[in-house]
Amino acid sequence: MAQMTMVQAVNNALDVELGRDKSVLVFGEDVGQNGGVFRATDGLQAKYGKDRVFDTPLAESGIIGLANGLAMQGFRPVAEIQFFGFVFEAMDEIAGQAARMRFRTNGRYTCPLVVRSPFGGGNKTPEMHADSLEGLFVQTPGLRVVIPSNPYDAKGLLISAIRDNDPVIFLEHMKLYRSLRAEVPEEAYTVPLDKANVVREGRDLTVIAYGAMVHTALKAAEELAKQRGVQAEVIDLRSVNPIDIETIVTSVKKTHRAVVVQEAQRSAGAAAEIIAQINEHAIYHLEGPVLRVTPPDTVYPFAQIEDEWIPDSAQVLRGFDKVLSL
Amino acid sequence: MSTVLEAAKVPYIQVLDETGKVVNPDRMPKLSDDELRELMKRMVFIRILDQRAIKLSRQGRLGFYAPAGGQEAAMIGSEYALQRDDFILPGYRDVPQLLYHGWPLYQWILFSRGHQHGTEIPEGVNVLIPQIIIGAQYVQTAGVALAFKLRDEKRIAITYTGDGGTSQGDFYEGINFAGAFQVPAVFVVQNNQFAISVPVELQTAAETLAQKAVAAGIPGFQVDGNDILAMYSVTKEAADRARAGDGPTLIEALTFRFGPHTMSGDDPTRYRTKELENEWERRDPLVRFRKFLEDKGLWTPEEEERVMEEAREEINAALKKADAYPKMTVPSLIDSMFEVLPESLKAQRQEFAGQEEA
Repeated sequence: MAQMTMVQAVNNALDVELGRDKSVLVFGEDVGQNGGVFRATDGLQAKYGKDRVFDTPLAESGIIGLANGLAMQGFRPVAEIQFFGFVFEAMDEIAGQAARMRFRTNGRYTCPLVVRSPFGGGNKTPEMHADSLEGLFVQTPGLRVVIPSNPYDAKGLLISAIRDNDPVIFLEHMKLYRSLRAEVPEEAYTVPLDKANVVREGRDLTVIAYGAMVHTALKAAEELAKQRGVQAEVIDLRSVNPIDIETIVTSVKKTHRAVVVQEAQRSAGAAAEIIAQINEHAIYHLEGPVLRVTPPDTVYPFAQIEDEWIPDSAQVLRGFDKVLSL
Repeated sequence: MSTVLEAAKVPYIQVLDETGKVVNPDRMPKLSDDELRELMKRMVFIRILDQRAIKLSRQGRLGFYAPAGGQEAAMIGSEYALQRDDFILPGYRDVPQLLYHGWPLYQWILFSRGHQHGTEIPEGVNVLIPQIIIGAQYVQTAGVALAFKLRDEKRIAITYTGDGGTSQGDFYEGINFAGAFQVPAVFVVQNNQFAISVPVELQTAAETLAQKAVAAGIPGFQVDGNDILAMYSVTKEAADRARAGDGPTLIEALTFRFGPHTMSGDDPTRYRTKELENEWERRDPLVRFRKFLEDKGLWTPEEEERVMEEAREEINAALKKADAYPKMTVPSLIDSMFEVLPESLKAQRQEFAGQEEA
């Protein structure tokens, strides 16, 4: 086994799948010669050729439209949107076309597409780079939305996404690309697309998070244990569409309290959906309301204030205290 | 590096004039007498189908319908230039091409009525169902054609939009991607002069829509879209070029829809003059081609009557089959969302199946 960063794990997953299945294609802006602006596709064009790993003209709707055409003809495109804030340019081809391909042809055409895209705050990017827009796709029937929190999951989930016969939005938090290393097997393996992962066990409080917030939540959970001897159970959701409500409910039945930690602004996103489902499945097991720890409902902020806008472990800890006090 | 771009010529192509006279013998396609008659049969069939569909819509026996009448030459002529395994990505008015490429008539009726079975294109029929979003099919066409190129298949992708569609970003992205990748694609614009009510002069300052090809670095042709021989000839040439690996083409077909935009309440008298309608009626694609065939002794009123009768019978049989098709269910809709349903959707399926039984 090798030590890999998340961006290396992504590269390795693409490498493994390009090698395994000739129908897999990797393309987008700067992904070929340059190997991607984060080097996620580094070396792949040299290894697999320009027919399978290639640069496209600079147009997001064109990229996903190209992918949809290829997908309906039996290819497995892995298309990159260079930064997820650019996805608005491709909304029709994702939400209006890819997500509906199977449905609107009653299965005659399918769309085994993966849209890979970096997102997430903390890197002082210009506008429209760091936004957490996953909520838009939580509300889009026909899509899966996967957000890994670590290198091992990133590789296994990406391989599952590529092999899945329906479209998957695969979001890679920029802050996690190189900030942690982990053991990642060199060979192919899969992590299921709809199974959450309990990353810290505890009996007193259920914490649900995904992406970079898993790490913030874990830090807060350690602090909570140290300060008050209270044990939080932290669930890494891995997928925000669908949501693995079974794992959440199992935990809530044990802890009777829950909080969702989300990097996206507050309203109507993944956290709201998680809480609605907890309500439907486990309300009588709760001793208090389920709260959200999130940024406020503003546009993603300017670089100089993003660290205050994004929840940090102190803010998450205050959220824990509040949930425990109600 | 500097370049002075010589204004690229956009050829205008016509084979038959409005009286059915051959004005451009060099462009005359090599079609047998039977093939020429077949083109006329198809246009007559579509004209009858269009008239029937308009009636059925008014009676509430059809759902969504965008009349094709007036555009038969552009539709039938371009489709006739294709091979069976070429792939069509249509706009919403392009039902005639799909029917002649193999979409069963009764399935189109079900599609119009909003039944999912209508959308289930049979295996071996190489078409998508009509696209509603203007231009979405243009970018997808680049992808379908790239698939053929990567697999070294001698197939082409053809797509259709209207004059309004050329204002969309996806129009330009589609032809630009196709040019950049040199894929086997043919992009057809049926310029029927109005995007619902907005005239083409308000869409663009460009003198022709075909010249937009110049910016994408691909050939562009403007064609008399009511001349079926010109449409066949130019599409065939573009398809041959694409098949030979010489890249995509943009074709602008000048035409006119006789009917309203759709049967959902559009009233063309709000935006078109009677004079303009009369002018285009004189250019009716059926009239000139009928004249051409009659002059060659290839067509008679009796033959036309026979085709009309066959069309009526075929449409009636398709209606009967569509009427008898079983209803959809909500659980079956849910089943068509994913190959493997997520647990939450499985639970919803059970919930809705229970409701249907109750």
